[in-house]
Amino acid sequence: MLALMIDRARVDHVARLARLELTDEESERMVRELSSILEHIERITNLDLADVPPTSHVVDLTNVLRPDEPRPCLPREAALAQAPDATEDGFRVPSPSA
Amino acid sequence: MTPLDLSAAAAAERVRAGDLDAGELWELYRGRAAADDLGAFVWVAEERPGNPTDGPLGGVPVAVKDLFCTAGVPSQAGSKILEGYRPPYTATAVERLTGAGAPLLAKTNQDEFAMGSSNENSAFGPVRNPWDRERVPGGSSGGSAAAVAAGLAPWAIGTDTGGSIRQPASLCGIVGLKPTYGAISRYGMIAFASSLDQAGPLTRDVADAALLLSAMVGKDPCDSTSLGLPEPVTEPTATDLRGVRLGVPEEVFETEGVESGVLAAFEATVELARQLGATVERCHLPHAPHALSAYYLIAPAEASSNLARYDGVRYGLRVNGDADLLTMYLRTRGAGFGPEVKRRIMLGTYALSSGYYDAYYGTAQKVRTLISDDFRAAWERFDFVVTPTSPTVAFPLGAKTADPLAMYLNDYFTVPMSLAGIPAISIPNGLSERLPTGFQLAGPAFSENRLLDAAHALERAIGFDGSAARA
Amino acid sequence: MTDYEPVIGLEIHVQLSTRTKMFCGCELSFGDPPNTHTCPVCLGLPGTLPVLNARAIDFGILLGLALECEIAPRSLFHRKNYFYPDLPKGYQISQYDVPLCRGGRLGEVRIHRVHLEEDAAKLVHLGESGRIHGSAHSIVDFNRGGTPLVEIVSEPDVRSPEQAREWLQLLRTTVRQLGISDVNMEEGSLRCDANVSIRPVGRSELGVKTELKNMNSFRFIERGITAEIARQTALLDAGEPVVQETLHFDPQSGSLTPLRSKEEAHDYRYFPEPDLVPLVVTEEMLAEARAQLPELPAARAERYARELGLADDRARLLAFRSELGSYFEAALAHDGEDPQTLANWVVGELVSRIGDADPAQSRVAPEALAGLVGLLRAGRVTQGGARQVLDRLVADGGDPAAIVDAEDLGAVGGGDELGAIVDRALEAQPEEVEQLRQGNMRAIGPIVGFVMRETKGRADGKEVTRIVRERLGLS
Ligand SMILES: [Mg+2]
Ligand SMILES: [Zn+2]
Repeated sequence: MLALMIDRARVDHVARLARLELTDEESERMVRELSSILEHIERITNLDLADVPPTSHVVDLTNVLRPDEPRPCLPREAALAQAPDATEDGFRVPSPSA
Repeated sequence: MTPLDLSAAAAAERVRAGDLDAGELWELYRGRAAADDLGAFVWVAEERPGNPTDGPLGGVPVAVKDLFCTAGVPSQAGSKILEGYRPPYTATAVERLTGAGAPLLAKTNQDEFAMGSSNENSAFGPVRNPWDRERVPGGSSGGSAAAVAAGLAPWAIGTDTGGSIRQPASLCGIVGLKPTYGAISRYGMIAFASSLDQAGPLTRDVADAALLLSAMVGKDPCDSTSLGLPEPVTEPTATDLRGVRLGVPEEVFETEGVESGVLAAFEATVELARQLGATVERCHLPHAPHALSAYYLIAPAEASSNLARYDGVRYGLRVNGDADLLTMYLRTRGAGFGPEVKRRIMLGTYALSSGYYDAYYGTAQKVRTLISDDFRAAWERFDFVVTPTSPTVAFPLGAKTADPLAMYLNDYFTVPMSLAGIPAISIPNGLSERLPTGFQLAGPAFSENRLLDAAHALERAIGFDGSAARA
Repeated sequence: MTDYEPVIGLEIHVQLSTRTKMFCGCELSFGDPPNTHTCPVCLGLPGTLPVLNARAIDFGILLGLALECEIAPRSLFHRKNYFYPDLPKGYQISQYDVPLCRGGRLGEVRIHRVHLEEDAAKLVHLGESGRIHGSAHSIVDFNRGGTPLVEIVSEPDVRSPEQAREWLQLLRTTVRQLGISDVNMEEGSLRCDANVSIRPVGRSELGVKTELKNMNSFRFIERGITAEIARQTALLDAGEPVVQETLHFDPQSGSLTPLRSKEEAHDYRYFPEPDLVPLVVTEEMLAEARAQLPELPAARAERYARELGLADDRARLLAFRSELGSYFEAALAHDGEDPQTLANWVVGELVSRIGDADPAQSRVAPEALAGLVGLLRAGRVTQGGARQVLDRLVADGGDPAAIVDAEDLGAVGGGDELGAIVDRALEAQPEEVEQLRQGNMRAIGPIVGFVMRETKGRADGKEVTRIVRERLGLS
C-alpha cells in the first residue's frame, strides 16, 4: 500500500518540493493525516482500469485560439503596485544564485 | 410586505416597473450588510456604485465570493497570503453582473482558496449559520450562502469545485446552482482546481438563480474552456413534473453517514415528485462511491500547481525577503497558507510527484472517465438524477476540524457531478431537527433550463419558508 | 590510448516573432524599459487564464513541416512545475508527452521532437560586482516572460563540434527563411544547449552525457563542445568516470563549471494544463502551412545539384548560406551558360574577398560577376586577369568589360601576337626547348612563365601550350 510509504522523510521531501515550511508538529501531523486520507483514497488503485482512457478535460473543445493582435498592457506602476518589494522598474527578489 | 421579503427577481421587476427605488433597495441591503454579525462578509461597499440599474438585474445589489477578482477591491480568496490584495482587473462573471445592472454590494467570506466544507478555513474567521449561530454554514461559499439566507444580500455568487455552492446552500436553506462546466467564464476567479471550478448563483429561490445565471453565462475569449450554452437561460415556470423521469441512485441508500432526518426529507420529496407526475426509478451509478477518492487526488493536484504562484514576488505576503531565495519561498508559503491548504498542497504535490503520478493522478483521471460514463448511461433512461445534497444538516462549529476525512465526506453527493462537469442544483428541502436539508437534481450537460424548470416545480410543491433565518 | 568518438545532441530554443506573447495580448519587445510589456495574464496574477496565440501554432506547424516532422493530429499542453522568480505562475506551460511535432530531419541530423512553450522572464542581477555570484538581490523584468518559443530537440547524430556549428547555422538559415524568428543569438532569440558524451570508436552504446548551457554564439558552441570533449577524454584516459551533470561554459576563460546542484532532483510534476484545450491540427491548417513553405536550404542544395549539375559541397555552401544562394541565382539570371564556373566564382573568389558579408551588400553587382565569368569564357580575359578585375569590382564596383578596357587587362589574343611572344620565349630558353624535344613536358613551365611575364598575365596558358607544341612539332 502506497499510503504506508508516507513517512516523515517523504513528507519533508514533498514539503520542500512544494516550498512549504512546516513546523515539526505540522510535519508529524501531516504524516498521520496524509496516511489516513490516502488509505481511504487508495481503494481506487485496485480498480481494473487497463482499458479506460483518462479524462483531463470535461469540455469537448479543441483549438481555442486567439488572433495575434496586441492588447493594451498595464502601466508599470499598476504592474508593480501590489509587489511586496519593488524598485522603480521591477520586482526585487533574493538573488537565486547568491 | 417590505422589500426584504421580496425575492431578488421580484425586486428587480418592481425597480424596472418604477414601483421600487433602486437607491432605497441599495441602502436597505448596504445597512444590513454593514451590520453583519455572522462573519459573512470580508468587505462591504461604502458607496453605491454608479453602474446602470436599467438592465435585467434591475439594480438589485449582489454579493460576490471573495475569490472573484474585483478591480481595486480586496480579493483575498479567504487567505492570509493575499491579505489586502487589490487586483487591477475584474472577473468576467462580475463584469457581466454589474453590466446587467447588479451593483457590487460586498465580498463574502469563504474557506481559504475554496478548500473546505464548513467555512472554518478562512483566514478572516468563520461564518455562522443564520439558522443556528453555533453551527457552520457549509463551504466553501459559506459567506455567500449565509448572507443570502439571512437577508444580508438579495442574492450572491459563489464557486463550486466539489460542492462548494450546493452544500452551503443546502445547509443554509437556499438555492445553489452549479452550472455545466464552462458555462460561466473562470477568468478572474482565483483558481482552486481548474478542471472543476465553476461559478454559480446562491439565491433565495429558483427563479432568482435562473435570472442571475442568465446574466453570467456565455463564451469568454479570456477563458479557453468557456462555452456558450446552446440556448438562452429562460425563466422557470413549470408547476408539475409530468413526463419527467427521475433516477434515484441505489448508492444513496448504501452509504453510511446519511442522517435519518435528511434521508426522510429526501424520500418525502421523491414521493412529492411522483405526485407531480414524475416517474421515479432506482438507478445505478456504480463508480460514484469512488468519486470522492478521485476528487481528492485531482483537485489537490491541480491546486498544488495553481497555488505555486503565491511566492511573495509580485503580490501578497512576503516573509524573510532579505534571506536567500529558498528561505523566502519556504517561510512565505509556510506562513501564508492555513492548515487545510497546506494539507491539500502536500496531497497534490505527492500525487503528481515522480513515481506516484500513474498510481494516483493517472488513476483518478480514469475513474473520472468512468463516472462520466455512468451518468451518460443514466441519461438514456432518466432526465435527472436526484440525491440529498449533503448527508447531514449543518454541524456545530469545530465538530469536524480535527478529522479531515470526516469533513471530506460532506461532499459525497456533490462531487460526482463536479467530476462529470454536469449541472446540478440544490433546493431547500424542509427542516430536520430545525435545520435545513437540501434536495439535489443533476442533469446532462447544458440541461440548465430543464433542470431549473423541474427545480421550480418541486420548490413550489415543497413550499419551504426561509423567512425565519432573516429575522 | 583509446580513440573516442563524440556523440552530440542539440536542444535549441527559438523565440518566435509573433506580434504578441504566447498566451496574452502583450506586444513582444526588445530593449524597452523593464516591466512595460505586462498584463494580468503574463504576470501570473490570481484568476488569470492563458489563451493560445494562433500565429504561434501556425509557426510551429511551418517549422515542423520544414524539418520533415510528423505533425501530431492532436497535441496537448502540460504544466512543468518548478519555483523560480522568472516563472510567474510557478509552472511553465509547455508540451510533454504529446508534442506538436515528432521525428524529422534536417540535413544529416535527425530531429527527435519540436514543441511549443512559453519563455521565462528576465532576471537582472544586482550587486557591486555585477556578476551573477555574490549579488544579494535580483530584479525581475517580465517583458520577455511569455514570449512564444519552439524547442527543437535533435537526435544524438552530431559527431564533431564543427558539425554542431555548421548544423546550427543550417537550422538558423532554415528558420530565418521560414520567417518565423529573427534567430539572433546575440539577442537571445536562438539559444542552444548541447548534450555531449564520448565513446570508444566502434562501440555502439552511449557514454555518460553532460549538458552544456550558455553557449550563446556559434563560435562558443564549437569551443564549448571542443572543451567538453577534451575534458571527458582526459577523465576516461585517467580511468575516471564522467559524471552526469549540467555545465556552464564561460566563453572568456573557456572553462566549464558545474551548475550548483539543486537541493532535490528535478521533479517537474507534469500534468495536462486544465486551462487549455487540446490542439487539433486540421488538414486545412496543414495545407495552408504547406502552401507557405518556401524553398528550404536542403531542397535548394538538392536542386542545385540536380538541375545545375553543381558538386554537392558547392551546392550546399550556396544553399546553406541563403544569401550566397540568392546572389548566385541573381547572377545566374544574367548568364546561365556555365553555372559550375559561376558557382566557383561566388563561393571561391568572391567569398575569399568579402568573407561573411552578404554579397548583395557588396559593390559587386550580380550582373557584374556574371559578366566577368562571360568574359572569361569568351577568352577576352584570362583567369588571372579576371581575378584582377574582381579586385577592382570589390573595391569600386563598376562594369567588368569597362574595367578590362580601362586597365588593359584583356587577354592577349591568339594568332600572331601571342605566336610572336611564344617564339621569343623559345629563343630565349634553348635548354628547355631541348628537354621538351626529348619528351620532358615539365620543361614547358618556364616557357609559359616567360610568356606570362611578357603579357603581364593576360595570356591564356592553354593557348600558349598549344602554340609551343605546334612550333616544336610535338604531338
Ligand atoms: Mg524548454
Ligand atoms: Zn501579458
